[in-house]
Amino acid sequence: MSFLSARGLRKRYGGQEVVAGIDLDVKRGECFGLLGPNGAGKTTTLRLLLGLTEPDGGDIQVLDQPVPAKAREARIKVGVVPQFDNLDPDFSVRENLVAYGRYFGLSDAEITARLPGLLEFAELAHKADANIQTLSGGMKRRLTLARALVNDPDLIFLDEPTTGLDPQARHMIWQRLRALLNQGKTIVLTTHFMEEAERLCDRLMIMDHGRIIAEGAPRQLIESHIEPQVVEVYGEGLDAWGDGNGQLCERLERVGETLFCYTHHGEAVTQPLCGQTELRYLSRPASLEDVFLKLTGRDMRD
Amino acid sequence: MLKYFALPSLSLRFIPVWRRNFLVWKKLAIPAILGNLADPAFYMLGLGYGLGALLPEVGGMKYLAFLASGTVCYSTMNSASFEALYSGFSRMHVQKTWEAILNAPLTLDDVLLGELIWTICKSLLSGLAILVIVWAMGLYVSFAMTLWVIPVILLMGFCFTGMALVVNAVSPNYDFFMYYFTLVITPMVLLCGVFYPVDQLPAFLRDVSAWLPLTHAIEMVRPLMQGKIPGGILNHVLVLLAYGSVGYYIALGLTRRRLLK
Repeated sequence: MSFLSARGLRKRYGGQEVVAGIDLDVKRGECFGLLGPNGAGKTTTLRLLLGLTEPDGGDIQVLDQPVPAKAREARIKVGVVPQFDNLDPDFSVRENLVAYGRYFGLSDAEITARLPGLLEFAELAHKADANIQTLSGGMKRRLTLARALVNDPDLIFLDEPTTGLDPQARHMIWQRLRALLNQGKTIVLTTHFMEEAERLCDRLMIMDHGRIIAEGAPRQLIESHIEPQVVEVYGEGLDAWGDGNGQLCERLERVGETLFCYTHHGEAVTQPLCGQTELRYLSRPASLEDVFLKLTGRDMRD
Repeated sequence: MLKYFALPSLSLRFIPVWRRNFLVWKKLAIPAILGNLADPAFYMLGLGYGLGALLPEVGGMKYLAFLASGTVCYSTMNSASFEALYSGFSRMHVQKTWEAILNAPLTLDDVLLGELIWTICKSLLSGLAILVIVWAMGLYVSFAMTLWVIPVILLMGFCFTGMALVVNAVSPNYDFFMYYFTLVITPMVLLCGVFYPVDQLPAFLRDVSAWLPLTHAIEMVRPLMQGKIPGGILNHVLVLLAYGSVGYYIALGLTRRRLLK
């Protein structure tokens, strides 16, 4: 039996099917990513897996408990980092952890014993008695992560854990998440940062309009969905260049003032461009973001 | 829709929710107690002495004593309504504290029960604060009888919290509470015998008053302050229980629909 599984998961709001028949399996100890543009159904999927809302169809098992029927029991060994910080603004760092530990039925003595470890993990030991309002965004996120660990969970859900953080804070969170994976924890995270998914996730699923449109390891998704090289070309005479290079570029896409050439022959494409003064280019290996944009399109979702 | 209106499940898991609110309150206890005590006390003493000089006796008692028994009820009602609305709404909607709690192994039923019992406790404190003034100033006949006011305060806390939580459940923002305070709370203060006996009202307003929960609370508290056993206790208790439990049940259903969609 898998650690976390869902079969035929469906959820409808009004006339719209937000989750439209999803199957997923997460194995113990892996990092599983749920990717998708805004409104793809990622957060709703998480809410369904936590048993916070009832599905219109499908079966869910979390840590061997049927959800939502036994969701409360399942959540005893689950930690959650929500998309928006909901720390208690009236409490200090320490009090936030204590109050949260009590919701898991932990005694004050147990929580007190866990506090130093949690504070150290979140690198907040020096801020233990600081008021929440005085913390930076990155510190708040780390505290939210520490709070999710207060019950020593086997499975941790993170909903866009690094949205709104600066690069330093983001790298810090990634490093903490890798430490958790090394401890053998299982992580399910949603994100729309492809770099985050590529760095952390063993496997991921791309969702759009409530459906799964691709699934696999990051490298494998790039290999199977897209050409290995991307040359981005911009400058004067772009159209003429595009017409002339149709052969070398397996796929050619114009976005605003830039041509994206997806190819197996990166060097052959860039060589003639080297001497050019009007056209400028950037050649790079294909990334998960290219796969994501190919599969979900470039249209804005808001 | 129907599934949201299943009967409440009651569990001791509400305790950590109650403790969370208590911990916040403790940090701000001094201004909170001052607010509970000072504001209604100033009204009571100001009006009691000011009007009391013109009205030597109202409803068979000194005006200040008459007003004090009304103020115990009024203060309890206000405290329950403010806590369940402004503070409850902050926790539910603004700070998303309830959402954070729901990610732990607690249910919305646990959270709302914690809020209910917390709010009853807070309003008990407000009612007690006035009762302490009553004791200090000797505005009672039999001390033992005034102790029976305490369960009435608890009952009022339940009643007015249940009612206010319904409004909380459907409120889009803080401004919405003005409807409840203007259309429900203020008329109750004026129609239920806080400042003057209900018999002074025209007949149809007396009929309205008979349906309002605050009237029933005051009809128990006032005789107790005069050292008498109130008449029709069962009726009064049932009315307060009915408003409270129907309110709480509806509030729970609407809050489930709001947060567990």
